[in-house]
Amino acid sequence: MSGRERARDQWYLLLPAVLLLGVAVVIPVARVILLSLSRVDLAEGATTFAGLDAYARLWGDSRWWSSWSNTLVFTGCSVAVELVAGVAFALLLHRTFRGRGWVRALVILPWALPTAVMALAWGWIFNDAFGVANDLLQRLGMIGAPVAWLGHPGTAMAALIVADIWKTTPFVTLVVLAGLQSISADVLEAARLDGLSAPQRFRRIVLPLLVPTLLVAVAFRVVQAYGSFDLIYVLTGGGPGGSTETVSLYAFQNVFRYLDFGYGSAVATQAALLLAIAAALAAALAGRKGGRA
Amino acid sequence: MRRALFALAIVAVLLWSVAPALWQALTALKPDEQITKIPTVYLPNPVTFEHVTALWERKPFGRYLLNSALVSAWATLLCLVCAAPAAAVLSRAPARWRNRALLGLLWVGLFPPILLLFPLYEGVRFLGWINQPAALIIPYAALHLPLAVWVLESAFRALPREIEEAGRLDGLRALDRVRRLHAPLAAPSVATAGLLVFIFCWNEFLLALTFLTRDGAKTVTAGIASVAGSSLYEIPWGQLSAATVCATLPLAILVLVFQRRIVSGLTRGAVKG
Repeated sequence: MSGRERARDQWYLLLPAVLLLGVAVVIPVARVILLSLSRVDLAEGATTFAGLDAYARLWGDSRWWSSWSNTLVFTGCSVAVELVAGVAFALLLHRTFRGRGWVRALVILPWALPTAVMALAWGWIFNDAFGVANDLLQRLGMIGAPVAWLGHPGTAMAALIVADIWKTTPFVTLVVLAGLQSISADVLEAARLDGLSAPQRFRRIVLPLLVPTLLVAVAFRVVQAYGSFDLIYVLTGGGPGGSTETVSLYAFQNVFRYLDFGYGSAVATQAALLLAIAAALAAALAGRKGGRA
Repeated sequence: MRRALFALAIVAVLLWSVAPALWQALTALKPDEQITKIPTVYLPNPVTFEHVTALWERKPFGRYLLNSALVSAWATLLCLVCAAPAAAVLSRAPARWRNRALLGLLWVGLFPPILLLFPLYEGVRFLGWINQPAALIIPYAALHLPLAVWVLESAFRALPREIEEAGRLDGLRALDRVRRLHAPLAAPSVATAGLLVFIFCWNEFLLALTFLTRDGAKTVTAGIASVAGSSLYEIPWGQLSAATVCATLPLAILVLVFQRRIVSGLTRGAVKG
């Protein structure tokens, strides 16, 4: 078979994937950027070029700024706790014990259940009148009277973060478990014979070896939390008073509530652009560190 | 002592993981007066199925489940059919090209979905596909293509090259080699990729919420959330809990049955990056 024939075969095998991504990803991305540079008149169905007008409007939009700070608070708090909890869960599940397979499956379960549906479950748990969260915390003596969790800005954000931690800690656990499996048992055994205690072994051997895995887990989680929509839309709808409205939610509202395609596209494009820049910076930084080590 | 502490920790982790879902199940089985009783009643007594039957009478719930299953199954099939040949090419491509392509796919997989929503909505409306399953199947397949390619590529790369050469000498065409050699030999990984894509499609909410407006066309996530979102205070909590249980049960069973496959597939797909 000639090289040219082989090359033709390869293109023909790549074609379905390229077409699919082209239709559902590449063209839409190009289109949303174009929309963000346009003014869309829905009544006449006309689109006129508006340049960077929408982006200039972002700067003076206080609701956009607050959606940004909400996004950062939500992402930062969720990912920080998930990282610690995920490592702890993984260390527990890495040990051998009877029924480990079942325990692992049940611990992974929250991650595999539909977020939009489980957000409703959390809404019921945090219900002000009949919620079980209030009952449990009152029994434990941690609160005196029932709290309207979803009715106040701070507690609504806290409720969202708790629900997100429940939902996505399993993801971190899975990633860390894989990392733990790649650490050779011989190294740990040698360290044990050298007289290192379990916490010492964790700090001096396991943790340093886990760093690349943890970076991957954090990168994935930051990106997912940053773009998360389902949980927030269903549990708080961005409320009360916009106090839990994230950038994704604000973009959605602009298009589907205020019917402003141009501005909503600008919000979404700007958020994705900033994420891409942050990711490129992080990758460059990690690459330089890796090169030195 | 140490063993007891360890057991305690395992029980605590288990409890935390299953509690919210378990609480929904308990609520769904309680008579109304126990749901709204203070202090909270924990165990239903007597157990009742009135909420489940009321829910199925009131909402086309079987239809939602069927729609979810059909959309997810077709999207998974389309995704694998597109991903497998691409993964086969990448697994034998020069390392530099392969890594670039995989990294590029990773970017696609990680973009916030909201970015694609508006142009996709425009396109779906233009084609008259609102309430049509195709409006979801094509984007779902595309959005999960990166994951499928990642999982399949690493499996295909592990296959011996000689098999492909033998297939070539036997006169199998490129696509037939993927179908008759790669896919069967890497069947466990194909199953893992399919399972993961199916789960993600079943759980998808943003596009389903936007593209489906007719009750009979809705998938289960869109169906439940629209019920709750619009009239949270009209719908009884017992029925809502019954709805969440019915929507998650098929998935929970899937995960419990295939947990080993899911764990191995994900760790391979996620950690290699």
